[in-house]
Amino acid sequence: MGFYNELVKGIWRENPVFRIVLGVCPTLAVSTQVSNGVGMGLAATFVLLGSNVIIALIRKGIPDKIRIPAFIVVISTFVTIVDLFMAAYTPALHERLGIFIPLIVVNCIILGRAEAFASKSTVWMSVADALGMGAGFTVALTIISSIRELLGAGTFFGIQVMPSAFSPAVIMILPPGAFLTIGTLLGFFNYLSKRKSA
Amino acid sequence: MRELFKLTIVLTIICSLAATALALVYNITKDPIAYQQRLKKLKAIKAVQPIYDNEPDQDFVDIPPEQNAGGDAGLTRFYITKKGADPTGVVFVVTGVGYGGPIDLMLGLTPEGTITGIQVLKHSETPGLGAKITEEKFLKQFPSKNIQNTKWSLKKSGGDIDQISGATISPTAVVTAIHAGLALFSDRRDEILQTN
Repeated sequence: MGFYNELVKGIWRENPVFRIVLGVCPTLAVSTQVSNGVGMGLAATFVLLGSNVIIALIRKGIPDKIRIPAFIVVISTFVTIVDLFMAAYTPALHERLGIFIPLIVVNCIILGRAEAFASKSTVWMSVADALGMGAGFTVALTIISSIRELLGAGTFFGIQVMPSAFSPAVIMILPPGAFLTIGTLLGFFNYLSKRKSA
Repeated sequence: MRELFKLTIVLTIICSLAATALALVYNITKDPIAYQQRLKKLKAIKAVQPIYDNEPDQDFVDIPPEQNAGGDAGLTRFYITKKGADPTGVVFVVTGVGYGGPIDLMLGLTPEGTITGIQVLKHSETPGLGAKITEEKFLKQFPSKNIQNTKWSLKKSGGDIDQISGATISPTAVVTAIHAGLALFSDRRDEILQTN
């Protein structure tokens, strides 16, 4: 498994949202607008990169029995750093994502990668894994939030793109819209991968 | 016993390193965050009462609720906007009880108590229905209204305020909150503007 392989696996083959179905809670909650989706994806990618690197660095020094608390301390440190920096430099996005930034701590993608990958791999490979998984998460959030914003508000990145005759389906930016979108996409991607392997 | 000791030491080291990193980041971001919060407040003030040349966020009067008023409202902070030494208006936050939780409104008034502008600061109303209280179409009807010249309820309840189709609770909450704010200001006007 080379660097490239670890990098691209997160985007499609092991996409955290569409293939492994992890991190669905923030995905459902923040995907109402493309800018929120992209912002959340990038914030989670930063946390993932930081925690993967640190955990791969100190993996030999962490006794097995306390690995989970050690991982959580590392992850929550990076989450707090992201939270503070976003409050200082991107206040508008920080306000819209609100409670979901601190909740990156419990995003199972991040603990999942620490446990399944970074604690057993070199720093370099963990960087590839974090970037790949982060990109996969960001791509998934972008796809879902594009669909929801287009159908639910008629806009894309806040810019009106649908003709004014189009009446937005408000349900798409309400919670049921998140389930409808993710369910349909999961079905579609499962169908694609079935066809591919058959 | 030895193992317990080792586990404790390792975890303590990890936590102290994390704490050091956080202290550093906190120090770097402390000032920018305070600056952003002040900017946000000034922007909200400017949106509802643009005529001033003082620093209204440092020029305020806190009014405690009337002893026997019976409401559960806490302290209300009135920001005074001034041009030179003359007050041009007051800006304060009123809260209504909406469908999805509290609705915080920033209310700008002239010193005589006529509305100059309204902004919704925070709400959790239903998108597409109650959330329309944040739209210009709904909010633009309030400027130049005051407590005497307007019947403060929705048209369907016999008042003067245009409603939002499909939503009753959210606009009613806004109207009630504004009315309470206007009443509080007119009752305590002398204390707030210190004109006595």
